[in-house]
Amino acid sequence: MRTAIVERPLDAAALLAEVASPASGASTLFVGTVRDVNEGRAVTGIDYSAYGPMAERELAAVVSEAAERFATDRIVVEHRIGTLGLGEASIAIAVSHARRAAAMDAQRFVIEEVKRRVPIWKREHYADGTREWVDPAGHSHAAETR
Amino acid sequence: MVANVLLFASWADALGPSVRLELPDDATVRQLLEAVLARAAGRSLPKPLVAVNHRYARLELRLRVGDEIAIIPPVAGG
Repeated sequence: MRTAIVERPLDAAALLAEVASPASGASTLFVGTVRDVNEGRAVTGIDYSAYGPMAERELAAVVSEAAERFATDRIVVEHRIGTLGLGEASIAIAVSHARRAAAMDAQRFVIEEVKRRVPIWKREHYADGTREWVDPAGHSHAAETR
Repeated sequence: MVANVLLFASWADALGPSVRLELPDDATVRQLLEAVLARAAGRSLPKPLVAVNHRYARLELRLRVGDEIAIIPPVAGG
């Protein structure tokens, strides 16, 4: 198991290599990337910020729980913070397991728990020059004009 | 006690990276949250959770001097 919050581009292939094992029958790789539209608005980039020490602790807790629940410690997660452009990876999750179903379930568990509880925030940049913090509940707040 | 409360995202944009609040010595997280919400009165900010020493805290938890307290707006990682 390994988790990290980093300020450099993610190397997803390196994560996949890191979890590989002769005991594994399946490896999964999930990469979350910056999309060019959200709720109908053209997006040009995203600032990710974190409450560093708590985000590291919570991310490690998520992966520990996944390891216990799905019986594999071959899980590596990196989340990037800072300003990301379109198509750049914000998170990469690699899981390796003897069985494919458990590998896929563990990966799904990790991404859903990260989104639910790890204290990381994103502020989208829109094509019209405005920026807003994203609230997954569906509202945007504290709009500001550049 | 005086609590120094860390803020993030939309809350930090509105009120700065931290606020200092005067609270009763045996204050709970609920009282802290009420004080923070009062400080934000009139602003459109999302309802937050509170973290104490890097863990999400229940409203009934009593704060102690030296605790690291943070306001956690809705998270959006991934």
